[in-house]
Amino acid sequence: MIISDSKDKSKYSNVWVVAELLSGKIQPVTHELLGAASSLAATRSSQVWAVVMGLGIAEQAHSLFAFGADKVIVVEDIRLSGFIDEIEASIMVRLIEKYKPEILIGAATARGRALIPRIAIKTNCGLTADCTELGIDPENGDLLQTRPAFGGNIMATIRCSNHRPQMATVRPRVMKALEPDYSRSGEIIRENVQDSDALKIKRIIEVYHSDQAAVNLGDAQIIIAGGRGVKGPAGFEILRKFAAEVGGAVGASRAAVDSGWIPYSYQFGQTGQTVQTKAYIACGISGQIQHLVGMQSCEVIIAIDKNPDTPMMQIADIAIVGDLFEVIPEIITNLASN
Amino acid sequence: MKIVVCIKQVPATSEAKIDPETKRIVREGLKAIMNPFDIYAVEEGIQLRDKFGGEVIVLSMGPEKALLSLREAISLGADRAILLSDKAFGGSDTWATSYTLAKAIDKIGDVDLVICGKQAIDGDTAQVGPGIAAHLDWVQATYVLRVEDADSKSIKVKRMHEDGYDICEMDFPAVVTVLKDINIPRVPTLKGCLAALKIEIPVWTHAHIGAEIEKIGLDGSPTRVVKTAPPPPRNIITKRIEGSPQDCANQLVREFRIRSIL
Ligand SMILES: Cc1cc2nc3c(=O)[nH]c(=O)nc-3n(C[C@H](O)[C@H](O)[C@H](O)COP(=O)(O)OP(=O)(O)OC[C@H]3O[C@@H](n4cnc5c(N)ncnc54)[C@H](O)[C@@H]3O)c2cc1C
Ligand SMILES: Nc1ncnc2c1ncn2[C@@H]1O[C@H](COP(=O)(O)O)[C@@H](O)[C@H]1O
Repeated sequence: MIISDSKDKSKYSNVWVVAELLSGKIQPVTHELLGAASSLAATRSSQVWAVVMGLGIAEQAHSLFAFGADKVIVVEDIRLSGFIDEIEASIMVRLIEKYKPEILIGAATARGRALIPRIAIKTNCGLTADCTELGIDPENGDLLQTRPAFGGNIMATIRCSNHRPQMATVRPRVMKALEPDYSRSGEIIRENVQDSDALKIKRIIEVYHSDQAAVNLGDAQIIIAGGRGVKGPAGFEILRKFAAEVGGAVGASRAAVDSGWIPYSYQFGQTGQTVQTKAYIACGISGQIQHLVGMQSCEVIIAIDKNPDTPMMQIADIAIVGDLFEVIPEIITNLASN
Repeated sequence: MKIVVCIKQVPATSEAKIDPETKRIVREGLKAIMNPFDIYAVEEGIQLRDKFGGEVIVLSMGPEKALLSLREAISLGADRAILLSDKAFGGSDTWATSYTLAKAIDKIGDVDLVICGKQAIDGDTAQVGPGIAAHLDWVQATYVLRVEDADSKSIKVKRMHEDGYDICEMDFPAVVTVLKDINIPRVPTLKGCLAALKIEIPVWTHAHIGAEIEKIGLDGSPTRVVKTAPPPPRNIITKRIEGSPQDCANQLVREFRIRSIL
């Protein structure tokens, strides 16, 4: 809604998270968004609310308290068993009008990127996509939304002073979830779907689940990523062996993906996935900014490159100067013998 | 089937070089191209028209030079083009852009289907397609990787999600946004190129489409960029390991243990 004065503004409070569901299950990105929402709400002295829409979700909704939610709105209906953007947007618009959240964040996933813009337009609000940082302006309490622009070469900070709620999407694995505290509890609010939400909608005819659409990083805490320096699919076999030895997952730069050595779903970076693992081992990746934005929040970055002067070798915690085809087999041997 | 394909002209950022000193994009000599996803949107529009009849209208909001991208779409086989160009559109964010495009689609009239690219490579927002649908209050399907079927009243599409796909059916009018998997774009024909040279492309301003002045351009945009900065540096001390491959491996494995990575 357009806000004309500060009295209007003060009617809006609390930070909302739109839960992300896949195959009827709440996804970890929801916990990450709750983590970000918790620190925003603490600064604003307000509450964290989550909205869960689906079928057979009530049980799961309770788990969100542990991750920082104070209240969870549950909307359960047979019409929400598939993803119908039009119904979900219409419900959200009604809930926003009723409860007036100050901030609303959603996941920048296939579903979030379909749903949140529809909500933003219908409520006359701005929306900042793919934020990497969310903060509060200490002067006026506005949400400061930072995202990469121009291919990741600059970071732009955006605000929406005259509209409430302030809306943003965040990609998976960008924010950090809180350690779950299972002693926390909260309030469940039940809301219904109204017939008016379902006037103009699509009909879902068939649904297939397949995990080929995205790489499952699972719980891997070490990523072994290869770039142009890996030279071909055979090079990635060496990386897979390395990954198997440390219980890690394989990833790639765009140069490797564009060369057809590994599918796109393995790409990290601005136009690929984002990771925040314990360790990231970049093998033959020079570290252009578009790649860095996808992995620079990993705890320990290790680079293996022949060239000691690449950007990746500068930002790495550990930089190994050498030929990856010589060094990696030695690492595998060393690990295997220990 | 009356189809509008929305195309955006964008800087060819994949060809961008970064100035090593300033760490900024070198903008000089950067070509303006049709947003790569939109080429697939144009192709899908043409294929649907060829199958079901009707026409393909390409629509773009942007400066005068966006005419080039519209002509490119004509060379591929689109029937006509409209440019939305007006000083008052300047500074539009995705809210104002989708409002302006929606008003133009309204003005074109009797449109069955709007096709957009999944996202534009300059902003990467993927908001304008659903934004148009929301402004018009039409149904939408995003991340479409195949049109399964269509008739004069409805369309059936396959959408991609992180956990798989679904197939859904929508009555017209509707908006879809397409992935690159959806088709293989054709190359322009000689006939198409001649048509592109000859065609008159009308330029519409906010007055032509009846857009309310407070909803367009910078004034109509809820978002404001308040600051731009280089990406934050990582504050670390790099430990450099050099020597024989065995030495490097030994030292690295020791680091794994010290830093409790393994
Ligand atoms: C809009 C936009 C979006 C982009 N999105 C992404 C993205 O999401 N992800 C991404 O990764 N990129 C992205 N890019 C591309 C990015 O700019 C770089 O081109 C790409 O990351 C380079 O990949 P690379 O580091 O593997 O290749 P190079 O830059 O070619 O680096 C190869 C490295 O391998 C080293 N090497 C070669 N042989 C060996 C050997 N035997 N042993 C050890 N080292 C060796 C070389 O010294 C070099 O440092 C994007 C670009 C644009 C413009
Ligand atoms: N200025 C514009 N003119 C025409 N179409 C646009 C414009 N901006 C965005 N689009 C369409 O919306 C899609 C998504 O763009 P974006 O939301 O900017 O990522 C693009 O692929 C285009 O189809």
